[in-house]
Formats: sequence, structure tokens, C-alpha cells
Amino acid sequence: MAEPLVKIVDLHAEVAEDGTEILRGVNLEVKEGEIHAIMGPNGSGKSTLAKVISGHPAYEVTEGDVLFRGESILDMEPDDRARAGIFLAFQYPVEIPGVSIANFLRTSLNSHRDEDIDIFDFQDLLISKMEMLGMDPAFAERSVNDGFSGGEKKRNEILQLAMLEPTLAVMDETDSGLDIDALKIVSAGINQVKQEHQNDMSVLLITHYQRMLNYITPDFVHVMLAGRVVRSGGPELALALEEKGYEWAKELSLA
Amino acid sequence: MPQNDVVAQLGLDEYKYGFRDEVEYKFKSRKGLDEEIVRQVSEQKGEPEWMLKTRLKALKHALARPWPKWGGDLSGLNFDDIYFYIRPSDGVGRTWDEVPETIKNTFERLGIPDQERRILAGVGAQYESEVVYHSLKEEWEKQGVIFKGMDDGLRDHEDIVREYFGTVVPYRDNLFAAVNTAVWSGGSFVYVPAGVKLDMPLQAYFRINAESMGQFERTLIIVEEGAEVQYIEGCTAPSYARESFHSGVIEIIVKEGARSRYTTIQNWSHNVYNLVTQRATVARDASHEWIDGNLGSKLTMKYPSVYLMGEGARGEILSIAYAGNGQHQDAGGKAIHMAPHTSSRIVSKSISRGSGRSSYRGLLRVDPGAKHARSNVECDALLLDEEARTDTYPYIEVEEADASIGHEATVSKIGDEQLFYLMSRGLSEDEAATMVVRGFIEPIAKELPLEYAVELNRLIELEMEGSVG
Repeated sequence: MAEPLVKIVDLHAEVAEDGTEILRGVNLEVKEGEIHAIMGPNGSGKSTLAKVISGHPAYEVTEGDVLFRGESILDMEPDDRARAGIFLAFQYPVEIPGVSIANFLRTSLNSHRDEDIDIFDFQDLLISKMEMLGMDPAFAERSVNDGFSGGEKKRNEILQLAMLEPTLAVMDETDSGLDIDALKIVSAGINQVKQEHQNDMSVLLITHYQRMLNYITPDFVHVMLAGRVVRSGGPELALALEEKGYEWAKELSLA
Repeated sequence: MPQNDVVAQLGLDEYKYGFRDEVEYKFKSRKGLDEEIVRQVSEQKGEPEWMLKTRLKALKHALARPWPKWGGDLSGLNFDDIYFYIRPSDGVGRTWDEVPETIKNTFERLGIPDQERRILAGVGAQYESEVVYHSLKEEWEKQGVIFKGMDDGLRDHEDIVREYFGTVVPYRDNLFAAVNTAVWSGGSFVYVPAGVKLDMPLQAYFRINAESMGQFERTLIIVEEGAEVQYIEGCTAPSYARESFHSGVIEIIVKEGARSRYTTIQNWSHNVYNLVTQRATVARDASHEWIDGNLGSKLTMKYPSVYLMGEGARGEILSIAYAGNGQHQDAGGKAIHMAPHTSSRIVSKSISRGSGRSSYRGLLRVDPGAKHARSNVECDALLLDEEARTDTYPYIEVEEADASIGHEATVSKIGDEQLFYLMSRGLSEDEAATMVVRGFIEPIAKELPLEYAVELNRLIELEMEGSVG
């Protein structure tokens, strides 16, 4: 495997509306099948990085590049990136009243395929994925995220992950707002999907806290500060951070 | 995301029903509205003297009455430029073969005979001023159901028509009710005997073909005690540069314990002024529902009303409006509680895009003595871009302290976050916007007959092509 799945090179990005620079030269490589955790305090740019990878229109890339399988994706629309195999699990999943999860998933899945999936095949697939994640099939009849609790919203993101089977899953603070039970369920879901796909799926876990990494073991941990990756290491880096805090990381970055 | 005007325009140009026919008319009045025209209409029909007198009284009122200053912009509507009566053929066909070829083809293109065979209990089809086709399946005829063109209804059941005509919507009610009463032609006459429950809908289809045409159908529906009926109306017209005018009056009498539902899918071309009065009186323990879809027209002013006159009467008004470029949908509903324990629900949803404007205008009134009335009003507006506009004009008059009234209004925009969310799952921008709109109208679309729900979805898809971008 010569070429990494994702290669982020000196990426600079700003808020399109007011030109505030958020990313100031991010460098990162993710190979096939790897799990990377990106940690950082509020405002370090880790969620912005997730959105920029997916093509959120609120951000503008001013310098650098994001290569996916060796090709730049910066000129691609968000839907083209999704069809290429990039998935973003939202920190704040959006409500779409009146649209059932089943309908939404079927439309999404069809957008990834040349030919629409047979309705019965779709039902079977949906039910098997929901079973795998320990979800009640009735859940799929509810409107997308409409009136959902924080935990339900995040589980819905995992269900989408399981259905769409991306090659790169970017999980943006999937642990935020979850109590410990919900965190366990959601983490188990991510592990299930990842296990199903092994080397066909890479994961970029964006998180503020170490606690999610108790359930999902990353191959690499990166620390972001002020729009840059300041330190990379193995899982032990997350533990050190948990113990010493981001102030420690700041000192490291200045050193 | 900036609006792409050029592409947006394309969506609107795709009005599917804009084709027109070359038809030789049997009779065409000159343009304008006056006593001579009214007498001509009456003479063409050979109707009873009392109806001519009613027409002339209404005409006098219409000509004297000032035009409304509220609602939409009526300055482009000039009675002197409108043909108030056009007779396309002689007589009403009972089979499609009896309908003149060109006109039959039009209704075939609109899919009416096909739907009739599959899902309807009866069909009426009106072309310009006259009903050209009417049929009712035999099983319902045997049970005493009457479903005819209004002119035939007046001729064959004069006593019933005379008893009810103008009692629900008197000509003095508003200018356009007066105009309609003066020159009415066509529409449906429906009578459902006590206890008869139609389990398939009746449908009327209204087609304007001529330019500068005025269509003034008059519909009277009487649902006797414990009976049930569903009635669907559809409307289309060719696209012309000059304005046409549609002004129907629909009167419905729902008697004790009866149930009725009246569904309209109005998809007039964007040169039609659509000014309609629809009202139902609802007796004790009876219910009436208006389902109102306003998609086409240049300007629609339409507020379906329920008069809850008997104890325990229920009324519902569900409406959806789409205002694209250059369109104004001024729609809503009225619920008048006149007896104890009456309940009403109004749900109004509108979508506006570009220079389109939608307004919700509603009246909720609880009269003295209407104790324990319950009502809930919900109006939601969805704006597709920065330019689109929506307004809400709710009027609430409550004369009883124990009434339980809920009112909720929301305005939302298709947000960049919603679009991004859906696009990040692989949907194109158009697909994403369409999905948001479909979800928005879902609570009403699910109340429509399947064929119409499919049609509504197709229309929304068409309108949404290139609507954001």
C-alpha cells in the first residue's frame, strides 16, 4: 500500500463568511483500515477539519489539499464526495421533519448505486443492520432526527454509517452529549461496523475527551491546537492527555 | 448558496398541462359582464324564471359592490376583457364517445377516463362554461345517489336546488360570489341520501381552454343524515399571455351525523385568477373536511370555511400552497363555531420561492353559546430562498371563555445545514431540497388520494429542479 487513503497536506481553511482562519496548515495521513483519533480543545479546528473533508459550504480552503486515493477532492461537491466513499457522522445531526429514516436511507443508498435497490432487498438490508446495532425496526419509521434525544440522533448516524458502508468514516464528536450508557452503545455500533469492513473502512474519530477511546481503540492519536496537528502518537498519547490536560499539549507545541 | 435564476425559470416553464385545443364553440358571449350577457346565459340554459331573477339580483349587487382592497393584487383582472360564457358543445355526454373528439382527447391526456375506470365512483368534466361529461356508476345510482352537472341538477331536481341554492353562500357574501351567482354555469350537483356511504370518491375536473375565459362553476352538495361522501376536484388550463378568470362557488350541506370530504388540487396555469368561495354547514355530530392544494394560478384567494352549526360538529381544513415566481397564494380557512362542543382544526402549509408570495389568512370565531369549543390552528411556511415572502393574517374572535384555542405559526427556510446533511449522504442539491419540501408537506400529502399524492410529489419535483444552487 504505497498511497494512503487520505492525505491532508498543509491544509488552510477559513470561515467563508468572514474570512476567519481556522485551519492553519494541517498535515495528516490515514491508510486503509486504520483508526485515527483527533483530539483537541474547543476551537482547535478539529470539527472544522471534519467538515472541510466533507465539503461543507461554510468553509473555504485557502491553501493546501485533501487527497483521497491520491486525487484532490477539493473541487468536488459534498454529494460527489459521499458517493466516492466519504461519510461524515455529524456532531449535531439535522432534523428533516416528515421524512422517514427508511425513506431517507433508501434515497441515500440509491444515490450510491447505479441501479436502485429493490425495495424488498432494501428492507432486508435495513433490518439486518438494525439488528446488528440492536435497534428496534420501528425506529426507521420515525422522521429523521425529528424530536430525537441526543443518543437517538447519534445512533441514527451509526445506522447510516452501517448502511452506506463508506471507505472513510469521519466521526465528528460522536461522543458529545451522550451519557455513559449511550456512549457504550454508540461505540459498540462503530466497532461492529468497523469489524464488518476491516481494511475496507478507515475511521477518523474526532473527540474532545479520551473516554470514547476506552471503547474504540485507535491506531494513532493526533492532537490539534490552533488549527494544526501538533503531536501524533499511539493510544498512549490520549491517556497522557487525559492525565495532563491540553495545557500540557500546548507546552509541547511551543517547545 | 446563491439562487440560480436561469435554471429556476426553467422549472416553471415546464407546466405540463399548458397545451391548448382548437375548438369551434357552439356559443361564445361577447366580452364583459352586464345584464345582456346574464340574460344570454340564462336563455342558453332555458332555466326557470326564479333563477334568472336570482342572477339579475346578484349582477346588480356585483356591479355596485366595491372590489376588495385586501388580499392579492387584482389590478390585472378586468371584467371587460373576459368572456363570461362559452358553450363548447351541446348536451352532456354519458359516455366519453358522446363527447366531441377534441375535448375527449384533452381529458384523456389529463388521465381522467383512466382514473374513472379504476378508482372513482363517478366523474364530471367541465370544459369552458359547460359540463361535457357526467357519469355515476350504476351501483350508486341504484342507491339514490345523484351526481349530475349543476344545469341538469336544476332541470331534473328543481325543488332540491331551489331549497338550498345560495343558502350557504349568499350572493351578498362577497364580490366574486355575486359574480358567480350572476353568470354561473356548470359545476356539480350531488345528493347523497340518508345513510348511503360512498366508499369511492366522486371527481369533477375543470378545464379552461380559451384565452381570456371566465369559468364560474357552481357546485351544490347535500349529504343527508348519516351519509358519507368524498369529492375531488382538479383544475388545469393552457398557458396564455392574457389572464383568465376562475371563480367557483361551492356550497355543501352536511346533515346530522354525516361525513364529507372535499379535496381540491388546483393546478391552473400561471395566468389564471382563481377566486373561489367554498363553504360547508355542518350539523350535529357531523363532520366536514376541506383538503385544499393550491399549486397553480397567478393569484388565488380562497378560504374554505366550515360553519359548525350543530352540537358536536367537527370541521377540518388542511391546505397546502406553492407560490413560485410571479405567483401569489392567499389562502387559509375559516372555522365558525356556532354550537356547543364543536371542534375545528386548520393546518396550513405554504412553500414560497423567488418572487412567489404566500399568505395565510384565517378566521376562527366562537359565537356566544358555543360552549366548550375546541380549535387548533397551525400554519407553517417554508421559504426556499432569500427573496421569497410569506405573511400570516390570523383573525381570532372568541365569545366564550371556556373555549380551548391553540394557534401556532412557524416560518422556516431550507437551511444550508439541511442541504449539507442530505448531500453528505449522496443526494444531489436538487434531490436534497426536494426531500426537505416533501417532508414539509407530508402531513397533508398523506391525506390525499394516492393518485393525487403521486401527482403532487411529481409537481414538487418539477418545481424544485434548479430551485437552489
